[in-house]
Amino acid sequence: MFGRKASLLLITPALTMMAVLFLFPLASSLASAFWQDAEARWGMGNFWRAWQFYSADILFSLVIVVLATALVAVLAVAIAGYLTLGESRLFVALLGWLYRWPLFIPFVVAAQLMRTFLAKNGMMNTALVELGLLTPFTTQSFLDWRGIVITFVWKQTPFVALLLAGAMAALDRATIEAARNLGAKRLRLLLDVVVPQVMPSLASGLILSFVTMMSVLSVPMMINAENPTMLTVDMAWRINAYGDYGMANALGLIAYAMTGLVAWGYLRQGLKEKSA
Amino acid sequence: MTPRRPVLPSALRATLTGLALAALALAVFGPLTNMLLWAFAETWYFPAKLPQSYGFAFWERVFRPQGNAMISLGNSLVIAVLTVVVSLLVAVPAGLALARGRLPGRALFLFLFLLPQAFPAIAVQMNVARIFYSLGLNGTFPGVVLVHAIQGLVFSVWISAAAFAAVDPALEEAAANMGAPRFTVFRTVTLPLALPGLIASAIFVFLISLDEFTGTFFVGVPDVTTLPLLLYSAALEGNYQIASITALILLVPSVVFMLVIQRFLKADVLARIG
Repeated sequence: MFGRKASLLLITPALTMMAVLFLFPLASSLASAFWQDAEARWGMGNFWRAWQFYSADILFSLVIVVLATALVAVLAVAIAGYLTLGESRLFVALLGWLYRWPLFIPFVVAAQLMRTFLAKNGMMNTALVELGLLTPFTTQSFLDWRGIVITFVWKQTPFVALLLAGAMAALDRATIEAARNLGAKRLRLLLDVVVPQVMPSLASGLILSFVTMMSVLSVPMMINAENPTMLTVDMAWRINAYGDYGMANALGLIAYAMTGLVAWGYLRQGLKEKSA
Repeated sequence: MTPRRPVLPSALRATLTGLALAALALAVFGPLTNMLLWAFAETWYFPAKLPQSYGFAFWERVFRPQGNAMISLGNSLVIAVLTVVVSLLVAVPAGLALARGRLPGRALFLFLFLLPQAFPAIAVQMNVARIFYSLGLNGTFPGVVLVHAIQGLVFSVWISAAAFAAVDPALEEAAANMGAPRFTVFRTVTLPLALPGLIASAIFVFLISLDEFTGTFFVGVPDVTTLPLLLYSAALEGNYQIASITALILLVPSVVFMLVIQRFLKADVLARIG
Protein backbone atom coordinates (compact mmCIF):
# COMPACT_ATOMS: atom_id res chain seq x y z
CA MET A 1 0.00 0.00 0.00
CA PHE A 2 2.89 2.34 0.72
CA GLY A 3 6.12 2.70 -1.17
CA ARG A 4 9.51 2.68 0.41
CA LYS A 5 9.76 6.44 0.85
CA ALA A 6 6.30 6.78 2.33
CA SER A 7 6.96 3.89 4.73
CA LEU A 8 10.16 5.43 5.99
CA LEU A 9 8.39 8.76 6.38
CA LEU A 10 5.62 7.13 8.40
CA ILE A 11 7.98 5.37 10.78
CA THR A 12 10.28 8.39 11.24
CA PRO A 13 8.40 10.01 14.17
CA ALA A 14 8.51 6.77 16.17
CA LEU A 15 12.17 6.23 15.34
CA THR A 16 13.02 9.81 16.31
CA MET A 17 11.28 9.32 19.63
CA MET A 18 13.20 6.09 20.23
CA ALA A 19 16.48 7.78 19.35
CA VAL A 20 15.96 10.85 21.52
CA LEU A 21 14.29 9.24 24.52
CA PHE A 22 15.93 5.82 24.60
CA LEU A 23 19.09 5.42 22.51
CA PHE A 24 20.58 8.81 23.38
CA PRO A 25 20.01 8.46 27.17
CA LEU A 26 21.29 4.87 26.95
CA ALA A 27 24.47 6.04 25.25
CA SER A 28 24.87 8.88 27.71
CA SER A 29 24.49 6.44 30.62
CA LEU A 30 27.38 4.41 29.20
CA ALA A 31 29.52 7.50 28.64
CA SER A 32 28.76 8.91 32.08
CA ALA A 33 29.66 5.60 33.77
CA PHE A 34 33.19 5.73 32.33
CA TRP A 35 33.72 9.49 32.78
CA GLN A 36 35.51 10.45 35.99
CA ASP A 37 34.28 13.90 36.89
CA ALA A 38 36.86 14.59 39.59
CA GLU A 39 39.86 13.90 37.37
CA ALA A 40 38.12 14.95 34.15
CA ARG A 41 39.23 11.83 32.28
CA TRP A 42 37.89 8.45 31.17
CA GLY A 43 38.44 5.40 33.35
CA MET A 44 37.01 2.73 35.59
CA GLY A 45 36.97 4.99 38.69
CA ASN A 46 33.18 5.06 39.05
CA PHE A 47 33.07 1.28 39.05
CA TRP A 48 35.73 1.00 41.77
CA ARG A 49 33.87 3.49 43.92
CA ALA A 50 30.57 1.74 43.21
CA TRP A 51 32.07 -1.58 44.27
CA GLN A 52 33.59 -0.07 47.44
CA PHE A 53 30.33 1.56 48.49
CA TYR A 54 27.77 -0.89 47.23
CA SER A 55 29.28 -4.36 46.75
CA ALA A 56 26.88 -5.70 49.40
CA ASP A 57 23.91 -4.18 47.56
CA ILE A 58 25.05 -5.58 44.22
CA LEU A 59 25.09 -9.09 45.68
CA PHE A 60 21.87 -8.42 47.59
CA SER A 61 20.08 -7.37 44.38
CA LEU A 62 21.38 -10.38 42.51
CA VAL A 63 20.37 -12.85 45.24
CA ILE A 64 16.90 -11.32 45.61
CA VAL A 65 16.15 -11.23 41.90
CA VAL A 66 17.54 -14.74 41.27
CA LEU A 67 15.58 -16.15 44.21
CA ALA A 68 12.39 -14.38 43.16
CA THR A 69 12.82 -15.57 39.55
CA ALA A 70 13.32 -19.16 40.73
CA LEU A 71 10.21 -19.03 42.90
CA VAL A 72 8.22 -17.47 40.06
CA ALA A 73 9.38 -20.31 37.78
CA VAL A 74 8.28 -23.04 40.22
CA LEU A 75 4.91 -21.45 40.97
CA ALA A 76 4.19 -20.57 37.35
CA VAL A 77 4.98 -24.12 36.18
CA ALA A 78 2.77 -25.52 38.94
CA ILE A 79 -0.14 -23.22 38.08
CA ALA A 80 0.10 -23.58 34.30
CA GLY A 81 0.69 -27.32 34.68
CA TYR A 82 -2.42 -27.80 36.76
CA LEU A 83 -4.43 -25.68 34.32
CA THR A 84 -3.27 -27.97 31.50
CA LEU A 85 -3.24 -31.39 33.16
CA GLY A 86 -5.69 -30.96 36.04
CA GLU A 87 -8.45 -33.53 36.09
CA SER A 88 -10.99 -31.72 38.21
CA ARG A 89 -12.82 -29.21 36.04
CA LEU A 90 -13.99 -27.29 39.09
CA PHE A 91 -10.48 -26.83 40.47
CA VAL A 92 -9.09 -25.88 37.05
CA ALA A 93 -11.79 -23.24 36.61
CA LEU A 94 -11.20 -21.91 40.14
CA LEU A 95 -7.44 -21.72 39.63
CA GLY A 96 -7.87 -20.03 36.24
CA TRP A 97 -10.04 -17.36 37.85
CA LEU A 98 -7.82 -16.96 40.89
CA TYR A 99 -4.24 -16.67 39.76
CA ARG A 100 -4.55 -13.66 37.43
CA TRP A 101 -5.60 -11.00 39.93
CA PRO A 102 -2.19 -9.37 40.53
CA LEU A 103 -1.40 -9.32 36.78
CA PHE A 104 -1.86 -5.60 36.10
CA ILE A 105 -1.60 -4.29 39.65
CA PRO A 106 1.20 -1.70 39.64
CA PHE A 107 4.33 -2.42 41.67
CA VAL A 108 3.80 0.65 43.84
CA VAL A 109 0.34 -0.65 44.80
CA ALA A 110 1.66 -4.18 45.39
CA ALA A 111 4.31 -2.68 47.67
CA GLN A 112 1.67 -0.82 49.67
CA LEU A 113 -0.49 -3.98 49.97
CA MET A 114 2.51 -5.88 51.31
CA ARG A 115 3.46 -3.07 53.70
CA THR A 116 0.17 -3.65 55.49
CA PHE A 117 -0.04 -7.43 54.96
CA LEU A 118 3.49 -8.43 55.98
CA ALA A 119 3.92 -5.99 58.88
CA LYS A 120 4.39 -7.26 62.42
CA ASN A 121 0.72 -6.52 63.14
CA GLY A 122 -0.38 -7.25 59.57
CA MET A 123 -2.96 -9.74 58.46
CA MET A 124 -0.51 -12.53 57.67
CA ASN A 125 0.74 -12.65 61.24
CA THR A 126 -2.78 -12.27 62.63
CA ALA A 127 -3.90 -15.23 60.54
CA LEU A 128 -0.91 -17.34 61.64
CA VAL A 129 -1.65 -16.52 65.29
CA GLU A 130 -5.33 -17.40 64.80
CA LEU A 131 -4.32 -20.74 63.32
CA GLY A 132 -2.17 -21.36 66.39
CA LEU A 133 1.05 -21.50 64.36
CA LEU A 134 2.48 -18.43 66.11
CA THR A 135 1.88 -16.60 69.36
CA PRO A 136 1.58 -12.79 69.43
CA PHE A 137 5.10 -12.72 70.93
CA THR A 138 6.81 -14.74 68.22
CA THR A 139 5.43 -12.75 65.27
CA GLN A 140 7.94 -10.81 63.23
CA SER A 141 7.80 -8.26 60.46
CA PHE A 142 8.57 -9.61 56.99
CA LEU A 143 9.34 -6.14 55.69
CA ASP A 144 12.96 -6.89 54.84
CA TRP A 145 14.56 -8.85 51.99
CA ARG A 146 11.82 -11.47 52.37
CA GLY A 147 9.18 -8.80 51.81
CA ILE A 148 10.82 -7.75 48.55
CA VAL A 149 10.97 -11.36 47.33
CA ILE A 150 7.35 -12.01 48.32
CA THR A 151 6.14 -8.84 46.57
CA PHE A 152 8.06 -9.68 43.40
CA VAL A 153 6.77 -13.25 43.34
CA TRP A 154 3.21 -12.11 44.05
CA LYS A 155 3.31 -9.62 41.20
CA GLN A 156 5.28 -11.58 38.54
CA THR A 157 3.94 -15.15 38.92
CA PRO A 158 0.63 -14.44 37.13
CA PHE A 159 2.48 -12.95 34.15
CA VAL A 160 4.76 -15.96 33.64
CA ALA A 161 1.95 -18.42 34.44
CA LEU A 162 -0.24 -16.74 31.83
CA LEU A 163 2.44 -17.02 29.14
CA LEU A 164 3.09 -20.65 30.09
CA ALA A 165 -0.56 -21.64 30.22
CA GLY A 166 -0.98 -20.17 26.75
CA ALA A 167 1.99 -22.10 25.39
CA MET A 168 0.88 -25.34 27.09
CA ALA A 169 -2.66 -25.03 25.75
CA ALA A 170 -1.25 -24.78 22.22
CA LEU A 171 0.75 -28.01 22.59
CA ASP A 172 -0.13 -31.09 20.63
CA ARG A 173 -2.23 -33.11 23.07
CA ALA A 174 -1.13 -36.32 21.36
CA THR A 175 2.29 -36.38 23.06
CA ILE A 176 0.64 -35.84 26.43
CA GLU A 177 -1.93 -38.56 25.82
CA ALA A 178 0.77 -40.93 24.57
CA ALA A 179 2.86 -40.45 27.72
CA ARG A 180 -0.25 -40.76 29.85
CA ASN A 181 -1.18 -44.04 28.17
CA LEU A 182 2.30 -45.33 28.86
CA GLY A 183 1.51 -44.84 32.52
CA ALA A 184 3.36 -41.59 33.26
CA LYS A 185 2.37 -39.93 36.52
CA ARG A 186 1.16 -36.35 36.24
CA LEU A 187 4.29 -34.81 37.78
CA ARG A 188 6.53 -36.83 35.39
CA LEU A 189 4.26 -35.84 32.54
CA LEU A 190 4.57 -32.16 33.47
CA LEU A 191 8.33 -32.11 33.98
CA ASP A 192 9.42 -34.54 31.26
CA VAL A 193 6.89 -33.98 28.50
CA VAL A 194 5.14 -30.63 28.87
CA VAL A 195 7.75 -28.25 30.33
CA PRO A 196 10.55 -29.08 27.84
CA GLN A 197 8.21 -28.19 24.98
CA VAL A 198 7.35 -24.76 26.43
CA MET A 199 10.88 -23.84 27.48
CA PRO A 200 11.09 -20.82 25.10
CA SER A 201 7.97 -19.27 26.63
CA LEU A 202 9.15 -20.01 30.16
CA ALA A 203 12.60 -18.55 29.50
CA SER A 204 11.34 -15.37 27.85
CA GLY A 205 8.79 -14.83 30.62
CA LEU A 206 11.48 -15.29 33.27
CA ILE A 207 13.98 -13.01 31.53
CA LEU A 208 11.38 -10.25 31.17
CA SER A 209 10.55 -10.67 34.86
CA PHE A 210 14.24 -10.58 35.77
CA VAL A 211 14.75 -7.29 33.88
CA THR A 212 11.58 -5.80 35.37
CA MET A 213 12.54 -6.71 38.93
CA MET A 214 16.03 -5.30 38.37
CA SER A 215 14.54 -1.90 37.54
CA VAL A 216 11.73 -1.57 40.07
CA LEU A 217 12.38 1.34 42.42
CA SER A 218 9.16 1.56 44.42
CA VAL A 219 9.17 -1.93 45.96
CA PRO A 220 12.61 -1.83 47.64
CA MET A 221 12.10 1.82 48.64
CA MET A 222 8.77 1.09 50.30
CA ILE A 223 9.52 -2.31 51.79
CA ASN A 224 13.17 -2.20 52.75
CA ALA A 225 15.25 0.90 52.18
CA GLU A 226 17.62 -0.07 55.03
CA ASN A 227 21.04 -1.49 54.30
CA PRO A 228 21.59 -3.68 52.42
CA THR A 229 19.10 -2.65 49.78
CA MET A 230 18.70 -2.94 46.02
CA LEU A 231 20.74 -1.16 43.37
CA THR A 232 17.77 0.86 42.17
CA VAL A 233 17.53 2.57 45.56
CA ASP A 234 21.27 3.32 45.48
CA MET A 235 21.01 4.83 42.00
CA ALA A 236 18.17 7.13 43.07
CA TRP A 237 20.12 8.04 46.23
CA ARG A 238 23.35 8.86 44.38
CA ILE A 239 21.41 11.20 42.10
CA ASN A 240 19.02 12.87 44.52
CA ALA A 241 21.46 13.31 47.39
CA TYR A 242 24.77 13.89 45.60
CA GLY A 243 24.00 14.56 41.93
CA ASP A 244 26.60 11.82 41.39
CA TYR A 245 25.59 10.64 37.91
CA GLY A 246 28.91 8.90 37.34
CA MET A 247 28.45 6.38 40.11
CA ALA A 248 24.71 6.06 39.53
CA ASN A 249 25.39 5.17 35.90
CA ALA A 250 28.15 2.75 36.90
CA LEU A 251 25.55 0.99 39.07
CA GLY A 252 23.13 1.13 36.13
CA LEU A 253 25.70 -0.50 33.91
CA ILE A 254 26.18 -3.26 36.48
CA ALA A 255 22.41 -3.82 36.36
CA TYR A 256 22.55 -3.97 32.52
CA ALA A 257 25.41 -6.44 32.80
CA MET A 258 23.48 -8.75 35.12
CA THR A 259 20.39 -8.79 32.90
CA GLY A 260 22.60 -9.07 29.82
CA LEU A 261 24.34 -12.13 31.23
CA VAL A 262 21.02 -13.82 31.90
CA ALA A 263 19.76 -13.11 28.39
CA TRP A 264 23.05 -14.23 26.87
CA GLY A 265 23.00 -17.48 28.85
CA TYR A 266 19.51 -18.16 27.53
CA LEU A 267 20.43 -17.40 23.93
CA ARG A 268 23.55 -19.57 24.13
CA GLN A 269 21.54 -22.42 25.58
CA GLY A 270 19.07 -22.05 22.73
CA LEU A 271 21.85 -22.13 20.12
CA LYS A 272 23.44 -25.18 21.71
CA GLU A 273 20.16 -27.05 21.59
CA LYS A 274 19.62 -26.07 17.97
CA SER A 275 23.06 -27.21 16.89
CA ALA A 276 22.83 -30.45 18.90
CA MET B 1 -4.70 -48.56 28.00
CA THR B 2 -3.06 -49.77 31.17
CA PRO B 3 -5.09 -48.81 34.20
CA ARG B 4 -3.18 -46.36 36.35
CA ARG B 5 -3.04 -46.89 40.06
CA PRO B 6 -3.10 -43.50 41.79
CA VAL B 7 -0.45 -42.94 44.45
CA LEU B 8 -2.96 -41.23 46.68
CA PRO B 9 -6.63 -42.11 47.13
CA SER B 10 -8.66 -39.65 45.12
CA ALA B 11 -10.49 -38.15 48.12
CA LEU B 12 -7.20 -37.30 49.83
CA ARG B 13 -5.87 -35.92 46.60
CA ALA B 14 -8.87 -33.65 46.12
CA THR B 15 -8.50 -32.41 49.69
CA LEU B 16 -4.84 -31.61 49.18
CA THR B 17 -5.53 -29.78 45.90
CA GLY B 18 -8.33 -27.89 47.61
CA LEU B 19 -5.98 -26.87 50.43
CA ALA B 20 -3.35 -25.69 47.95
CA LEU B 21 -6.00 -23.62 46.17
CA ALA B 22 -7.16 -22.16 49.47
CA ALA B 23 -3.58 -21.21 50.31
CA LEU B 24 -3.23 -19.53 46.92
CA ALA B 25 -6.50 -17.68 47.46
CA LEU B 26 -5.20 -16.44 50.81
CA ALA B 27 -1.92 -15.34 49.23
CA VAL B 28 -3.72 -13.49 46.42
CA PHE B 29 -6.58 -11.93 48.37
CA GLY B 30 -4.96 -11.53 51.81
CA PRO B 31 -2.96 -8.44 50.87
CA LEU B 32 -5.94 -7.01 48.94
CA THR B 33 -8.25 -7.51 51.94
CA ASN B 34 -5.72 -5.97 54.28
CA MET B 35 -5.56 -2.89 52.04
CA LEU B 36 -9.38 -2.67 51.83
CA LEU B 37 -9.64 -2.81 55.62
CA TRP B 38 -7.12 0.02 55.94
CA ALA B 39 -8.93 2.08 53.32
CA PHE B 40 -12.09 2.09 55.44
CA ALA B 41 -10.55 1.94 58.92
CA GLU B 42 -10.97 5.02 61.04
CA THR B 43 -9.07 3.64 64.04
CA TRP B 44 -6.97 0.49 64.08
CA TYR B 45 -4.45 0.15 66.86
CA PHE B 46 -2.21 -2.78 67.72
CA PRO B 47 -2.99 -5.47 68.86
CA ALA B 48 -6.57 -5.37 67.51
CA LYS B 49 -7.06 -7.95 64.77
CA LEU B 50 -9.59 -5.83 62.93
CA PRO B 51 -10.17 -2.07 62.84
CA GLN B 52 -11.91 -0.67 65.92
CA SER B 53 -14.05 1.67 63.84
CA TYR B 54 -14.82 2.14 60.17
CA GLY B 55 -15.77 5.24 58.30
CA PHE B 56 -15.22 7.65 55.47
CA ALA B 57 -13.36 10.40 57.35
CA PHE B 58 -10.15 9.71 55.41
CA TRP B 59 -12.05 9.52 52.13
CA GLU B 60 -13.32 13.02 52.79
CA ARG B 61 -9.73 14.13 53.37
CA VAL B 62 -8.59 12.46 50.16
CA PHE B 63 -11.43 13.80 48.03
CA ARG B 64 -11.37 17.35 49.37
CA PRO B 65 -11.47 19.45 46.18
CA GLN B 66 -8.21 21.23 47.01
CA GLY B 67 -6.49 18.25 48.63
CA ASN B 68 -3.25 16.71 47.38
CA ALA B 69 -5.02 13.58 46.22
CA MET B 70 -7.46 15.36 43.92
CA ILE B 71 -4.60 17.34 42.39
CA SER B 72 -2.57 14.14 41.89
CA LEU B 73 -5.57 12.32 40.46
CA GLY B 74 -6.14 15.21 38.05
CA ASN B 75 -2.45 15.23 37.09
CA SER B 76 -2.46 11.45 36.58
CA LEU B 77 -5.51 11.56 34.30
CA VAL B 78 -4.29 14.51 32.23
CA ILE B 79 -0.85 12.92 31.83
CA ALA B 80 -2.32 9.53 30.92
CA VAL B 81 -4.62 11.02 28.27
CA LEU B 82 -1.79 13.09 26.78
CA THR B 83 0.48 10.01 26.81
CA VAL B 84 -2.14 8.07 24.86
CA VAL B 85 -2.46 10.90 22.32
CA VAL B 86 1.31 11.17 21.85
CA SER B 87 1.82 7.40 21.52
CA LEU B 88 -1.04 6.99 19.05
CA LEU B 89 0.19 9.90 16.93
CA VAL B 90 3.56 8.22 16.68
CA ALA B 91 2.58 4.54 16.75
CA VAL B 92 -0.29 4.52 14.22
CA PRO B 93 1.88 5.71 11.29
CA ALA B 94 4.68 3.41 12.45
CA GLY B 95 2.29 0.46 12.71
CA LEU B 96 0.95 1.24 9.26
CA ALA B 97 4.45 1.35 7.79
CA LEU B 98 5.41 -1.91 9.51
CA ALA B 99 2.24 -3.73 8.45
CA ARG B 100 1.55 -2.29 5.01
CA GLY B 101 4.66 -0.54 3.83
CA ARG B 102 7.75 -1.67 1.99
CA LEU B 103 10.34 -1.22 4.72
CA PRO B 104 13.91 -2.34 4.27
CA GLY B 105 14.95 -4.25 7.40
CA ARG B 106 11.45 -4.51 8.83
CA ALA B 107 12.43 -7.12 11.44
CA LEU B 108 15.24 -4.85 12.60
CA PHE B 109 12.78 -2.01 13.21
CA LEU B 110 10.46 -4.28 15.18
CA PHE B 111 13.43 -5.46 17.22
CA LEU B 112 14.53 -1.87 17.84
CA PHE B 113 11.17 -1.03 19.42
CA LEU B 114 11.54 -4.08 21.65
CA LEU B 115 14.94 -2.99 22.92
CA PRO B 116 13.77 -0.91 25.92
CA GLN B 117 12.34 -4.13 27.39
CA ALA B 118 15.81 -5.65 27.49
CA PHE B 119 17.35 -2.95 29.71
CA PRO B 120 16.43 -2.04 33.26
CA ALA B 121 14.40 1.09 32.54
CA ILE B 122 15.55 2.96 35.62
CA ALA B 123 19.11 3.42 34.36
CA VAL B 124 17.82 4.99 31.14
CA GLN B 125 15.19 7.11 32.86
CA MET B 126 17.60 8.80 35.22
CA ASN B 127 19.59 9.98 32.20
CA VAL B 128 16.39 11.13 30.49
CA ALA B 129 15.82 13.24 33.60
CA ARG B 130 19.33 14.65 33.33
CA ILE B 131 18.79 15.57 29.66
CA PHE B 132 15.35 17.04 30.42
CA TYR B 133 16.87 19.10 33.20
CA SER B 134 19.15 20.88 30.77
CA LEU B 135 16.16 21.45 28.46
CA GLY B 136 13.97 22.81 31.26
CA LEU B 137 11.56 19.87 30.87
CA ASN B 138 11.99 18.51 34.41
CA GLY B 139 8.99 19.11 36.62
CA THR B 140 6.76 19.86 33.63
CA PHE B 141 3.82 17.96 32.15
CA PRO B 142 5.42 17.57 28.69
CA GLY B 143 8.50 16.03 30.34
CA VAL B 144 6.46 13.47 32.28
CA VAL B 145 4.27 12.70 29.25
CA LEU B 146 7.34 12.00 27.11
CA VAL B 147 8.96 9.72 29.68
CA HIS B 148 5.67 7.79 29.95
CA ALA B 149 5.19 7.68 26.18
CA ILE B 150 8.54 6.00 25.57
CA GLN B 151 7.52 3.22 28.00
CA GLY B 152 4.27 2.73 26.14
CA LEU B 153 5.84 2.97 22.68
CA VAL B 154 6.89 -0.70 22.50
CA PHE B 155 3.35 -1.86 23.10
CA SER B 156 1.59 0.77 21.03
CA VAL B 157 3.83 0.17 17.98
CA TRP B 158 3.63 -3.63 18.18
CA ILE B 159 -0.10 -3.72 18.82
CA SER B 160 -0.94 -1.25 16.04
CA ALA B 161 1.34 -3.10 13.61
CA ALA B 162 -0.54 -6.30 14.47
CA ALA B 163 -3.90 -4.55 14.16
CA PHE B 164 -3.13 -3.20 10.67
CA ALA B 165 -1.59 -6.50 9.57
CA ALA B 166 -4.82 -8.29 10.51
CA VAL B 167 -6.85 -6.18 8.04
CA ASP B 168 -7.44 -8.16 4.85
CA PRO B 169 -5.64 -6.36 1.97
CA ALA B 170 -8.29 -7.66 -0.43
CA LEU B 171 -10.83 -5.31 1.14
CA GLU B 172 -8.54 -2.33 0.60
CA GLU B 173 -7.89 -3.37 -2.99
CA ALA B 174 -11.61 -3.72 -3.61
CA ALA B 175 -12.22 -0.18 -2.39
CA ALA B 176 -9.28 1.13 -4.42
CA ASN B 177 -10.52 -0.65 -7.57
CA MET B 178 -13.86 1.07 -7.18
CA GLY B 179 -11.96 4.33 -7.53
CA ALA B 180 -11.60 5.41 -3.91
CA PRO B 181 -8.60 7.67 -3.31
CA ARG B 182 -5.94 6.20 -1.05
CA PHE B 183 -6.82 8.29 1.98
CA THR B 184 -10.50 7.42 1.63
CA VAL B 185 -9.57 3.74 1.61
CA PHE B 186 -7.60 4.27 4.79
CA ARG B 187 -10.36 6.29 6.46
CA THR B 188 -13.29 4.09 5.51
CA VAL B 189 -11.77 0.60 5.34
CA THR B 190 -8.41 0.15 7.04
CA LEU B 191 -8.89 2.37 10.07
CA PRO B 192 -12.34 1.10 11.14
CA LEU B 193 -11.17 -2.52 10.82
CA ALA B 194 -8.01 -1.88 12.85
CA LEU B 195 -9.82 0.25 15.43
CA PRO B 196 -10.38 -2.46 18.10
CA GLY B 197 -6.65 -3.19 18.20
CA LEU B 198 -5.80 0.51 18.33
CA ILE B 199 -8.25 1.04 21.18
CA ALA B 200 -6.71 -1.90 23.05
CA SER B 201 -3.27 -0.35 22.67
CA ALA B 202 -4.63 3.02 23.82
CA ILE B 203 -6.10 1.46 26.96
CA PHE B 204 -2.87 -0.37 27.67
CA VAL B 205 -0.79 2.79 27.28
CA PHE B 206 -3.25 4.67 29.50
CA LEU B 207 -2.74 2.05 32.20
CA ILE B 208 1.04 2.11 31.84
CA SER B 209 1.03 5.89 32.27
CA LEU B 210 -1.40 5.79 35.20
CA ASP B 211 0.81 3.29 37.05
CA GLU B 212 4.22 4.64 36.10
CA PHE B 213 6.43 5.41 39.11
CA THR B 214 10.16 5.50 38.34
CA GLY B 215 10.13 7.90 35.39
CA THR B 216 7.84 10.33 37.21
CA PHE B 217 10.04 10.01 40.30
CA PHE B 218 13.04 11.31 38.36
CA VAL B 219 11.40 13.68 35.86
CA GLY B 220 8.27 15.00 37.60
CA VAL B 221 9.44 15.62 41.16
CA PRO B 222 8.79 17.95 42.93
CA ASP B 223 6.38 19.92 40.75
CA VAL B 224 4.33 17.19 39.09
CA THR B 225 2.88 14.68 41.55
CA THR B 226 0.90 11.75 40.22
CA LEU B 227 -1.11 9.19 42.20
CA PRO B 228 1.73 6.61 42.43
CA LEU B 229 4.03 9.29 43.89
CA LEU B 230 1.33 10.41 46.31
CA LEU B 231 0.88 6.81 47.38
CA TYR B 232 4.62 6.51 47.90
CA SER B 233 4.90 9.61 50.07
CA ALA B 234 1.77 8.76 52.07
CA ALA B 235 3.20 5.28 52.72
CA LEU B 236 6.55 6.67 53.89
CA GLU B 237 4.79 9.16 56.16
CA GLY B 238 3.15 6.13 57.77
CA ASN B 239 -0.33 7.25 56.78
CA TYR B 240 -1.85 3.85 56.14
CA GLN B 241 -5.34 5.11 55.37
CA ILE B 242 -4.39 7.68 52.75
CA ALA B 243 -1.90 5.24 51.17
CA SER B 244 -4.52 2.47 51.05
CA ILE B 245 -7.21 4.72 49.57
CA THR B 246 -4.77 5.88 46.88
CA ALA B 247 -3.78 2.25 46.26
CA LEU B 248 -7.47 1.37 45.86
CA ILE B 249 -7.98 4.17 43.30
CA LEU B 250 -5.04 2.80 41.28
CA LEU B 251 -6.12 -0.79 41.76
CA VAL B 252 -9.62 -0.50 40.28
CA PRO B 253 -8.60 0.30 36.67
CA SER B 254 -5.92 -2.43 36.75
CA VAL B 255 -8.33 -5.11 37.91
CA VAL B 256 -11.07 -3.99 35.51
CA PHE B 257 -8.54 -4.14 32.68
CA MET B 258 -7.48 -7.64 33.75
CA LEU B 259 -11.11 -8.83 33.72
CA VAL B 260 -11.89 -7.18 30.37
CA ILE B 261 -8.71 -8.36 28.64
CA GLN B 262 -9.34 -11.94 29.78
CA ARG B 263 -11.35 -12.58 26.62
CA PHE B 264 -8.49 -11.41 24.45
CA LEU B 265 -5.80 -13.39 26.25
CA LYS B 266 -6.73 -16.60 24.53
CA ALA B 267 -4.26 -19.43 24.30
CA ASP B 268 -3.67 -19.20 20.55
CA VAL B 269 -2.62 -15.55 20.85
CA LEU B 270 -0.25 -16.19 23.72
CA ALA B 271 1.36 -19.19 22.11
CA ARG B 272 2.98 -16.89 19.58
CA ILE B 273 4.89 -14.97 22.24
CA GLY B 274 8.26 -16.30 23.20
